[in-house]
Amino acid sequence: MSELKELYQQLILDHSRSPRNCRVIEDADAMAQGHNPLCGDEVTIYVKIDGDRVSDISFKGNGCAISTASASLLTEVMRGKTREQAEEIFRNFHDLVTGSTQEGAGPELGKLQVFSGVSEFPVRVKCATLVWHTLKAALSRLKETVSTE
Amino acid sequence: MKVATAALAERVRKDFPALRQTVHGKPLVYLDNAATTQKPQCVIDAIVGFYQRDCANVHRGVHLLSERATESFEEAREKAQRFLNAGDTREILFVRGATEGINLVANSFVKPRLSACDEVLITAMEHHSNIVPWQIVAGEKQARLRVAPMTSDGELMLEEFERMLGPRVRFVAVTHVSNALGTVNPVQRIVEMAHAKRIPVLIDGAQAAPHTLVDVQGLGCDFYVFSGHKTYGPTGIGVLYGKASHLEEMPPYQGGGDMIRSVTFEKTLYNTIPYKFEAGTPDIAGAIGLGAALDYLRGVGMENIAAHEAELLRYATGELSQVPGIRLIGTARHKAGVVSFTMDGIHPHDAATVLDHEGVAVRAGHHCAQPVMERFGVPATLRASFGMYNTAEEVDVLMRALGRVKEILG
Repeated sequence: MSELKELYQQLILDHSRSPRNCRVIEDADAMAQGHNPLCGDEVTIYVKIDGDRVSDISFKGNGCAISTASASLLTEVMRGKTREQAEEIFRNFHDLVTGSTQEGAGPELGKLQVFSGVSEFPVRVKCATLVWHTLKAALSRLKETVSTE
Repeated sequence: MKVATAALAERVRKDFPALRQTVHGKPLVYLDNAATTQKPQCVIDAIVGFYQRDCANVHRGVHLLSERATESFEEAREKAQRFLNAGDTREILFVRGATEGINLVANSFVKPRLSACDEVLITAMEHHSNIVPWQIVAGEKQARLRVAPMTSDGELMLEEFERMLGPRVRFVAVTHVSNALGTVNPVQRIVEMAHAKRIPVLIDGAQAAPHTLVDVQGLGCDFYVFSGHKTYGPTGIGVLYGKASHLEEMPPYQGGGDMIRSVTFEKTLYNTIPYKFEAGTPDIAGAIGLGAALDYLRGVGMENIAAHEAELLRYATGELSQVPGIRLIGTARHKAGVVSFTMDGIHPHDAATVLDHEGVAVRAGHHCAQPVMERFGVPATLRASFGMYNTAEEVDVLMRALGRVKEILG
């Protein structure tokens, strides 16, 4: 049962019940939709960019506790970050939930460390990473838009 | 609490080696039988026996092993014929599963009969495998897929269904038992209604064959499909029953070996039915394993299985109904052993993870029936589905485990 407690830590339950930044940004610079056809989880990510930094970020969607908490915490962590930082955090987060974290890596993950328990549940990794892949898609779309202008 | 037919589960459990294991340190409570069933030892032995003694190709060699393989393979066809009460072994085709059976009928029987604006009629409770093949052939022919609605209990609206059997309907495809809701459809009535308008009918029996007696002659349906692996047999094998008169006139589904009588580069003469539809080396071991499973079902008795599962369904439905916050999805009057439900404020995937840690295997998700989920306004449900070896005690374990779900996530 300790594995379960490790997975469903209080912070995760709190964010899944009262997700932060769960709203639409009408004038978003980028948005992307993520869908996990296996379990039906859906998420839409909205991003506002100021220069190279994420000035505002939000999500809407429905999914399990892990995917909802992951989206909620992502929006908290990403605000104010540069795109490069965002990519680095994603890499570290991915390593964390797949259990391939290097010793001493990822100090900047901060409260995202709460997802370390996911690595014991391989079938739930996609729940945790769906919103991150969606953010990546939104940011790359932004790059495309920028490059064509 | 004991149910009257508990002796049946008691008797058969010892035949299923997979049930004798623990998961996460707890005894396995396998309640995902609508996804696939566990296999009795006799099925495993039949497959091993084929590979150890009789492994040869069928319908080809003159040597002894090929003779034995062919004999066992064709015996399996006879067993499937008896299982469905089909009139003739020529009406029994081996396919990969219910899905392939439906695709075969869609392509070889229905597609040539469709013109623009024609219709194929299905119901709102179909599995994706009884939706998508019709969408594909309808799309190719600019025909329309029409969907007969169901009530909020998950029952087909029969009058509405009959009303939709209009002059453009060329085919009806309907599930015998809904995998997501457990609803048993009045397939006999459905066939009568469609035949009154000379419309042929396919019945998807994937969820019915393991739980109830099927009599294709009694039903009068034109086609019936089921999957071996949901019927205590191996994966990769299934059966398509088709009326001989239809099969005779249908073009082959795939070309290859075994389905031909003679080939020159100019012209190919096709083999007789059922071989015309069995191109290439079939899943010989799978068919033989399925034959063993059908023998096993006969030994246990379909009526006994149906009665036992009905008791379990009644008990589980009663227990679940008493839990505040649990909503049953699918409350038709006539149901097979499936209970689909949601828990207030708890996503099915989180619940299923906790249940798994209590040893309880259930399905969480849309059950390949997204339109059904949409109809009930839920993204997913938890589904416990019963087999002949499940017990009332296992329902009690499920109920305790659901209590644990509330403790951790509620």
